[in-house]
Amino acid sequence: MAQESGTSRVKRGMAEMLKGGVIMDVVNVEQAKIAEDAGAVAVMALERVPADIRAQGGVARMSDPDMIAAIQAAVSIPVMAKARIGHFVEAQILQSLGVDYIDESEVLTPTDYTNHINKWDFTVPFVCGATNLGEALRRINEGAAMIRSKGEAGTGDVSNAMTHMRQIGGEIRRLTSMREDELYVAAKEMQAPYDLVKEVAANGKLPVVLFTAGGIATPADAALMMQMGADGVFIGSGIFKSGDPKSRASACVKATTFYNDPKVVGDASRGLGEAMVGINVADLPAPHRLSERGW
Amino acid sequence: MQVGVLALQGDFREHLNALTQCGVQGVEVRTPLELEKIDALIIPGGESTTIVSLAKTFEIFEPIKKRIAKGMPTYGSCAGMIMLADHIVAAKDGQETFGGIDITVRRNAFGRQVDSFESDISAPAISNSPIRAIFIRAPWVEKIGKGVEVLASFQGSDGASHAVAVRQGHLLATAFHPEITDDFSVHRYFLEKVCT
Repeated sequence: MAQESGTSRVKRGMAEMLKGGVIMDVVNVEQAKIAEDAGAVAVMALERVPADIRAQGGVARMSDPDMIAAIQAAVSIPVMAKARIGHFVEAQILQSLGVDYIDESEVLTPTDYTNHINKWDFTVPFVCGATNLGEALRRINEGAAMIRSKGEAGTGDVSNAMTHMRQIGGEIRRLTSMREDELYVAAKEMQAPYDLVKEVAANGKLPVVLFTAGGIATPADAALMMQMGADGVFIGSGIFKSGDPKSRASACVKATTFYNDPKVVGDASRGLGEAMVGINVADLPAPHRLSERGW
Repeated sequence: MQVGVLALQGDFREHLNALTQCGVQGVEVRTPLELEKIDALIIPGGESTTIVSLAKTFEIFEPIKKRIAKGMPTYGSCAGMIMLADHIVAAKDGQETFGGIDITVRRNAFGRQVDSFESDISAPAISNSPIRAIFIRAPWVEKIGKGVEVLASFQGSDGASHAVAVRQGHLLATAFHPEITDDFSVHRYFLEKVCT
């Protein structure tokens, strides 16, 4: 019987299977194995974690295909990789490598300051960052099959993740209380397609899975984001920039499942050694705020 | 009858919704105490390595294994099929399962996400009309033991036909995800035929 690949259901369904899980940034095979052993639902293969991109500066691009292939060969869980915003050739390459999800990410240096990738052109699904509902719906309209709130990557400061989750959640709740004639204006104001606005208003949630990212550094941060309504979490620098990545990775996985049980989250938080040092988002000069990339 | 859905990781909410659509109020199961209160279990789609790791950490792995062995009706989709298989291949080193169905399952057999697909499949024991099956990094059954009934098969990229829905007594497994479609005939079959 006829097989259809790359349908919305297949793309969005993949993200459904990641729910309640932690996706970890890894830069080599060893880290990927630690992540898999700790119970990560997927790994994000990249050359430098956001904290290092921030520290070292320069242009951040798609990772070396050799490095991605080595990680694919080393673990049995899904492997994701990042393409620059608007860099559809990087995305074509990642698709040809058979990565399981592409993150069109503001953590890398943007390529196109006007347009994002037309994600409908691809069989592989995409996840994109968003700071508010309008941005999330514009990405979904371009074919994103999963959204993550952006937060401020590479800081270990969870405040922006909180702001973005409150923003997206609050806007969804407001839509659900509007009359139909008000939804037209809401769509105009949030610069999002009316059909998607109407769908969110009717269902009270995004049509795709919503994860949180950016600045999550502790099991408590992960549980906080889950209680704020995230379906799961991305942890970038928070694990492998900490004192004891193995224990911290496994603790964050536990806290993400038992996010409503303070005793489990508390026990998971014991004896993890030092968290990543971090930077306060408020101290970052505006040009270094990654969450402001994307349009 | 109380039906539980293993809620450690994965699309357990979709299974709970499928149960609601069938007129059954399911409950989330994360702890041994919650396991004691249920009569039947659904193991959702998700990452099997994550589910095993969490089940072991929170000491619910052995209790589930025992309940399955003692006859608790259980249905697993995708990762759930892997968890119900006696043997697995292409697994993480040392990966364990609850077991119960005498089959060998190959993880990610249909390929990576770019190879994931949906298709109509025929499963006459479950439904008279074709079932829309969503395969996501899906496993297939490579070897079938005695007493295992094949409910549906599908042709893999290797050109051979592989079982993708199987039943052995009180245990049911599908390589695909009926819970993310609007067709809940697999759940109905589980509730009406397997659980009784």
